[in-house]
Amino acid sequence: MKHRHWLDDQGNVQTLWRGFLVLLALTVVAGFFVDMHPHFEIERWFGFNAAYGFVTCLLMILGAKFMGFFLKRPDSHYSRDQRDE
Amino acid sequence: MSSAAASSLILHPALVLIAGALLLPFLRGTARNVAVLSAPTLALVALWLLPEGRLWQLQWLDYPLAPLAVDKLSRLFATIFALMAIVGGLFALRQQSRLEIPAAFLYAGSAIGVTLAGDLVTVFLFWEFMAVGSTLVIWSAGTPGAWAASRRYVAIHLAGGVILFAGITGQILATGDAGFHAMRADSIATWLILIGFLINTGAPPISAWLPDAYPEASWSGTVFLSAFTTKTAVYVLLRGFPGTEILVWIGIFMIFYGIVYALLENDMRRILAYSIVNQVGFMVVGIGIGTEMALNGAAAHAFAHIIYKALLLMSAGAVLAATGRRKCSELGGLFHSMPLTTICGTIGALAISSFPLTSGFVSKSMVTQAAADGHLQAVWLFLAAASAGVFLHAGIKFPWFVFFQKDSGLRPPDPPASMRWAMILFAFLCIALGVWPDPLYALLPYTIDYAPYTAAHVITQLQLLLFSGLAFFVMLDYLKRTPTITLDVDWLWRIAGPVAAQSFRDALRITREGLNEQLLSGRQAMADSIARHRRPDGLLLRSWPTGGMALWVMVMLLAYLALYYLR
Repeated sequence: MKHRHWLDDQGNVQTLWRGFLVLLALTVVAGFFVDMHPHFEIERWFGFNAAYGFVTCLLMILGAKFMGFFLKRPDSHYSRDQRDE
Repeated sequence: MSSAAASSLILHPALVLIAGALLLPFLRGTARNVAVLSAPTLALVALWLLPEGRLWQLQWLDYPLAPLAVDKLSRLFATIFALMAIVGGLFALRQQSRLEIPAAFLYAGSAIGVTLAGDLVTVFLFWEFMAVGSTLVIWSAGTPGAWAASRRYVAIHLAGGVILFAGITGQILATGDAGFHAMRADSIATWLILIGFLINTGAPPISAWLPDAYPEASWSGTVFLSAFTTKTAVYVLLRGFPGTEILVWIGIFMIFYGIVYALLENDMRRILAYSIVNQVGFMVVGIGIGTEMALNGAAAHAFAHIIYKALLLMSAGAVLAATGRRKCSELGGLFHSMPLTTICGTIGALAISSFPLTSGFVSKSMVTQAAADGHLQAVWLFLAAASAGVFLHAGIKFPWFVFFQKDSGLRPPDPPASMRWAMILFAFLCIALGVWPDPLYALLPYTIDYAPYTAAHVITQLQLLLFSGLAFFVMLDYLKRTPTITLDVDWLWRIAGPVAAQSFRDALRITREGLNEQLLSGRQAMADSIARHRRPDGLLLRSWPTGGMALWVMVMLLAYLALYYLR
């Protein structure tokens, strides 16, 4: 490649990662300073949304993975009915 | 009647667009391009010149029909449909198929026709035209896969149409009223109508028709398909069945179905198709909750969704048109040579994830807010998890695997100007509606008192989304793309149905052969015995000696004599 994109540089990607982690921390810390107007008791827990978002996503990924064990097929599975009749 | 003269001057926006669709095949070159852009623009102008009310009324059999009726809700949906036809037409200008844009305009015009229908008969008519138009859009891709998919698609939609027709007929017979207004699912007829509507939203158990059919259309066809069928279904549910509780749970099922299947999917446009089911699920939940906030949320979300989903599919279409590839496992690193497509696709991805400052943030949060206001904690928890899940399956997954991840070595250029401008226009709207939601809020059916940008709301949403992003990268190994598909209920009619039909045919053949064999041998035995008796030397036909006959006559005479004496 003649032209290297700045995202091709691993150093820059590292910096982006650090920035992302700082941002994550900031959103949680912001919970201290802002009245979060909780609608439900459970929302009063510190960092509830952060933890809830992370944990439910893990569960969804694992759930999908588990379903995949039973339901995944090679993508030629339906090739028979793709033929023009 | 003075209003009759005035109303005869009123143009029906749906008919304007359909007339454009019928005219297009006869035009070539610049005239055709101008017509592609001006037909839906004229429809939009015609729409906004209409006053509110039942504008066209006519008598059919004993029923008063209103083929053109306008209120805030119908104007909102007709507006976004017309807008979608304009920008979709712009995106598809370079499409080689001569059939696709006329079919798409018939489809879009019919969708507008449904939103402006004041009675169930008109709803049904345009509903069926939509099925025809959308099938032609899929078909016009011209591949064997598209042909097979379009046949499965039209079978489902015609079956849905039959169910809807039965429901509408029953409802008109029962109530004597053909008008289209809010109903309760409390009779067979209204249930049939509800089921007919739900089939088009992509509701369970047959959501599979959507990811099966839409991704088989051309690079521009899928953009049209993503907008009209499901959102027309959302519109008729909004008008016909607001506050029907079962819709809450149907919607939640759709939300998680979309997430899980999209997570497993490898084809970039199938990922986006699953996420249509997911997003329509949010709207269906809102309709099920049924408060003014929830219904406003569902309507606003439909409006915003059409824009960002079309934008996402445009960026996917640009990639497909340039590379001919659809599978995430064969793509990646395209940001090098397609910067504009990458940026527009990412803006669409942020909007679908409801990031602050995008259109999704100001629309979807109304549904969540309505769940919280109604103290529906379980629903609210599902919706919050789903918000994080949207970022996971569409917000990061789509742009990451298509434009970033490993470098596939592909260096296709950004698409031609018509496609670029369509993407820029919708990307602009995604941001503009997010930054300045007031014009959208003013279009909503109910007066609105909602401020999306509170510090608490922004921080809540950022926490959910960013930690969902963290989960994506932590679990990246589990999300590695494999060249696989995931079985869905369409397996029933693609594999199980044909196999069952084949084995039924086989069983029938075997039974028939067995029966034939038995009947044959029975017939043979009968024929044999008949032949045995009627052979020249058989019992009945052989020549008997005359003496024998005289003997038998004598025996009978003797018997007669004996009986005579006995008496």
